[in-house]
Parts: sequence; C-alpha cells; structure tokens
Amino acid sequence: MKHRLFWPVATLVALILINTIARSQFASITVRDGRLYGALIDILRQSAPLMLVSLGMTIVIATRGIDLSVGAVMAVSGAVGLTIIDGSADPGDPGVVMLAVVVALLVSLLLGAWNGFLVSLLGIQPIIATLVLMLAGRGVALLITEGFITTVNSTPFEFISTGYLLLPFAFFIWVAAVAVVAWMERRTALGVLTEAVGINPEASRLAGVRSRGIIWSAYAASGVLAGIAGIIYASNIKAADANAAGQFIELYAILAVVLGGTSLMGGKFSLAGTVVGVLIIQTLESTILFLGVPSAESPVFFAVVVVVVVVIQSPRLHRFARAVAHSARSRVTAKSTSDAEAAG
Amino acid sequence: MTSLDTATTTTRERAGYFETFMSRRASLLPTLAAVVILILLFIGAEIFVRGDFITPRNISALLLDNAYLLILAVGMTFVIVTGGIDLSVGSVMAFTGIWLAQLLEAGTPLAIAIPAILLAGALVGLLIGTLVQFFDVQPFIASLAGLFLARGLAFVVSLSSIKVEATEVLWLQSTRIRIGDWYITPTGILALLVVFVGAWVMQFTRFGRTTYAIGGNQQAALMGLKVARTTVAVYVISGVCGGLAGLVLTAYSGAGYPRNGVGTELDAIAAVVIGGTVLAGGRGYVLGSMVGVFVYGTIKTIISFMGAEQSWTQIIIGALLLVFIVVQRAIVARSDRRSRS
Repeated sequence: MKHRLFWPVATLVALILINTIARSQFASITVRDGRLYGALIDILRQSAPLMLVSLGMTIVIATRGIDLSVGAVMAVSGAVGLTIIDGSADPGDPGVVMLAVVVALLVSLLLGAWNGFLVSLLGIQPIIATLVLMLAGRGVALLITEGFITTVNSTPFEFISTGYLLLPFAFFIWVAAVAVVAWMERRTALGVLTEAVGINPEASRLAGVRSRGIIWSAYAASGVLAGIAGIIYASNIKAADANAAGQFIELYAILAVVLGGTSLMGGKFSLAGTVVGVLIIQTLESTILFLGVPSAESPVFFAVVVVVVVVIQSPRLHRFARAVAHSARSRVTAKSTSDAEAAG
Repeated sequence: MTSLDTATTTTRERAGYFETFMSRRASLLPTLAAVVILILLFIGAEIFVRGDFITPRNISALLLDNAYLLILAVGMTFVIVTGGIDLSVGSVMAFTGIWLAQLLEAGTPLAIAIPAILLAGALVGLLIGTLVQFFDVQPFIASLAGLFLARGLAFVVSLSSIKVEATEVLWLQSTRIRIGDWYITPTGILALLVVFVGAWVMQFTRFGRTTYAIGGNQQAALMGLKVARTTVAVYVISGVCGGLAGLVLTAYSGAGYPRNGVGTELDAIAAVVIGGTVLAGGRGYVLGSMVGVFVYGTIKTIISFMGAEQSWTQIIIGALLLVFIVVQRAIVARSDRRSRS
C-alpha cells in the first residue's frame, strides 16, 4: 500500500484480469513465422508513440514544467521525414530513410530547444511558452507537406513501426528509450538535480545547480522523443498527416504521467510509473474497443478516469478519509472499553 | 526667457501625466497595443493586399464569422483573470451544438432545447470548478477532464453531422439587420451582448472585483471575499458561454458536427492573451478580448484574401502570441519591481 507504484500497477493488473476474464483470447500469445502475436503484443506495439512522448513529458513535468507542443512536434517530424523520403530518387533505400530520420530528429531537437529557450532564459510560464509552438507547429507541418497528406511506399521506413524481430520493432524502440533515459536520470546525478530544480528552483540555483541548463535539456529531450514518436506514427500510417498526427497526445501523455504517480507540481518523478501509466491507457483503449464502443467516444471513459484519479490523489479527500477512519476507530475503542466495563 | 521656461514645464508636466497614467494603468498597455495592431492590420491590408479591405461588408462579416469565438473568449477571460485556464470550451461548443441539432431533429421545442444545452455547458463548468476549488486539482487538468468528457459526449450524441431544419435557429444567422452597407445578424447581436454584459460584470460588480482579487492573490479569502463561490462560478460562466457558442455555431453552419471546435480552446486563449489579459491572472479586460478576437479574425481574412495557405494563420497567431507573452512578462516584471520598491 505504501509503495507509490502500488496503485498504478494494481490498476494495470486489474484491467488485464478483467480483459482476460471477459475474453479468453486476450492473454493468449501465438507464435507464427517466428513472431509473437496477441492482444498484449499489440498493446506493446501501439503504445510506442505515447510511451516516447510520455517519457519526455515526465522529465519536463519533473522540472515543474509542461510541454503542450509534443503533438505538433510529432507532426513536424513526420512531415520532414516523409518529405525527404518522398523527394528522393529511391524511397526504398535504407540510407535515404536513415537520413530522413536523422534530419527529422534534428528538427525536433531544435523545436524542443526553442521551448527550453522560452522557458529557461525568457522565464515564460511553460504552459504558455509551449502553447506557442503547439499553435504554430501544426501550421509549419502543413506548410512542409504543402497542405496534403504525403504518402510513401518505403519498406525500410515501414519496418520502423510494423517490423518484427520476434517482438515488434517499435517495442524495442521504446524499451531502448526508457533504458537510455532511466540510465541518464538514475545512474548519473541528473535525476536528482532535475528533482531539485522541480522542488525549489531558487534554492537549487543558490545551491549551485545549473537549473537553466537542466530545464533547457529537459525540453530538448522532450522534443527529440516526440520526434521519434512522430516518425513511428508516420511509419505506421505510411503517411504524414499534419492535422491528425499526435492529436490530443499531449493530453494522454500528461494523463499517463499523472497515473504513474508523478505530481504535476514537479519534483519527484517516476519513470517506471509513467511506463505503467502508458500501458494502463493503452490497455483501457483496447478494452474500450473490445466493448464495441466507437473509439471516437472513448474520451468519455478517459474523462471518468481523470476525474477518479485526481479525486483519489486530492489531499482534501485524504484528510477526509483519515478523519472518517479516525472517528470510526475511536468509536470502536470507546465501544470496546464500555463493553469491558459492563462485563467487569 | 519666460516663455521658454513655460514651454519646458508644460512638456515636463505632459510627460508626467503620461508617466502617471502608464504606471497606474500599466495593465491597459497590452490591450492598447492590441488595438494598435488591429488598426495597423486594417491599414496594411487596405494598402498592400487590396484596396477594398476596409468596407462595411467586410467589417460586418468579421463579427459574423467570429461570433462563436467572441462568446468563448468572454468566458475564457473570466477564467484566466482568476489565474485559471479552461481547455474544455471547444469541446463543450461541439457537444452542445450537436446536441441542439439532435434535440431539434427529434422535435423538441426550442424553448426546451436551448435551456437544456446551456445547462449542459454549465454542468461541465460546474464539474471543472468543483475539481479546481474543492479537490485542489490544477485548472489545466480539471478542464482537460472536461475536454475529454464533452468531446466524447459529442460523439455519443452522433458520429456524423446532423442538419438543422428549425427555422428559428437558422433565423439567428440568416436575418440581416441592415444600416446602409452595414449589417448585423442576431448571432452578432448575441455575441456583442455577451461582451457587454461580461465587461459590465467584470468592471462594476462585486463579483468582478472578486475575480480580479483571486487572480491577484490566492489568499484573497483573508479579505472576506467569497473565493470558493467565485472560482466555481467563473468555470460555470465559461461553460455557459461554451453552450451559447454551440448555439451560434450550429446556426452559423446550419448543422451540428461532433468534430467542430477541435483546437478552438487554443484560439480562444490566444485571442484573450493578445487582447491583453495576463495568463498569470489578476489583469485583463473583456473588451480587450474582443479586440483580440478581431485581430485573430482579421489575420484569417487577410490570409484568405491573399490566397495563401490557411496554415499561415496558425503560424502568425503563434508568433503574435509569443510577442505578447514576452511583452506581458516585461510589464509584470516591471510592476512587480515597482510595487516591491
């Protein structure tokens, strides 16, 4: 009960159990042509874009910030990547795909650095600073694709999201990203410094933490991760759709971070919690689809989840629950004493 | 010699008046800047884009095309002045709009349908306000729940668009009250009415002053102000505005569509900020937000006149938003220093 990952993990396990009871094939995994298939494997594959975005969001939120521009960065990254592949002589050439991905990620890094510049150097509120790019970014993506949905036919590019190496390739991408971020945050002092900046920016600055650089790099990292997510998304639909790419993903990412137990007030953060949070969202999405609810209606379920989660986390409810528990306990003690007296 | 002396004193005095005005009314500065930008946009479009930009027809159309956004921006101004934010307005507009279309299709009388959708908007606002005030949820997250809820409900009502046949609703849009070449529709009158009522409440009532006080200082409760009630009320107001905008948009497009207003909350926030309301709360004007909406609408019109991609609107609004935020930041920093010293 005390561990902060208890509730997220319990929710995920409960969701998986409910699904397994409701449909027996949910938990079953079949092997075909040296590849694993199944609903659970699908969840692992489909969670890649949200996982990458949520990882970046976790670090940004830990610095007491927020990054609303991730969806727009995804759109730009996909647009840049596909425009390069589309414009090349041989779209199937792995070299071209590699170049496209690298350029797309550099552009994403630049966009992330721009957010970091606004927040750390100009001192603009993160919600607003990233709102600028959230508004303008999609416009830029539309300009890059010239208002059309650029489609490509490129086997190496499609491999990124639909490829398999026993398990889906996209799964390996997010596992690698989680491993790299976790190593940087937890095996070096960076994580502690990030938390220090999030808990008290002024105090950590006085203590000699270079808070500006840390905040800046958090937004840059979020940009790159969103860029990778944009590539995976574009690879999955084989197209760059500047309007639909990453729509609402900032909201789901924030939800995943909060579900994972990281406070929006900054400071202590949990990467494992975020991973669990994303898996909860993805499993819930799969459940909603299974129930036959049109996916367009799924936001109602997420609204209920958000309300329940924030109310459970609310300090006021905790105080209330404690007060109730306390009065109940004292009533029981009072009763047992009076019983003892009556017996004696 | 004497005349020269008088001359210098007058200029000094005049400069003094200006200084006093500016230091007392520093919060007016961004709104004035927005007015200047609006005028420059008009003149620029007239000179560089085409000669017939400033026409009664064009300016009348500006109000007509942006009536829904104007109504949303008024509600958003109340929320932002308390230091909050309401992301749900675009979705509330979509939900109430499509629900209205469905109610009318089922033969519900207008006298029941309109109060019903306004109530629905108010309830979403009430949910957000309650979460913010009584469960200490950040406005951003609470209104995010409102966004999901309303957007999902819009799709629950219908997955595709519903045409509106009710003549009373279409009347709101099709009637043109003409004065020469100028015209105004009932939707335009409704939007202006919302603006003026909003401005009046904000400036001249106890409720309005409490709104400013909450944004200026979270501890305003110490002064005996009804913080809890007011905080919840601003979200309810914003929700009702979302409902009204749903009505106006449904009349405007002649149909309800569950995908309406995706991202409109951002347009509303941008318009409010460009109109001079400070996102940190405590400063801002409803009339400023109206100017902000007109700046937004004018940029959109100019871009379609130039035949350029509409995506330029987003880019320019983003850039303008950035300029305003930086200016606001400088002003707030300056007045903070002043009040501290």
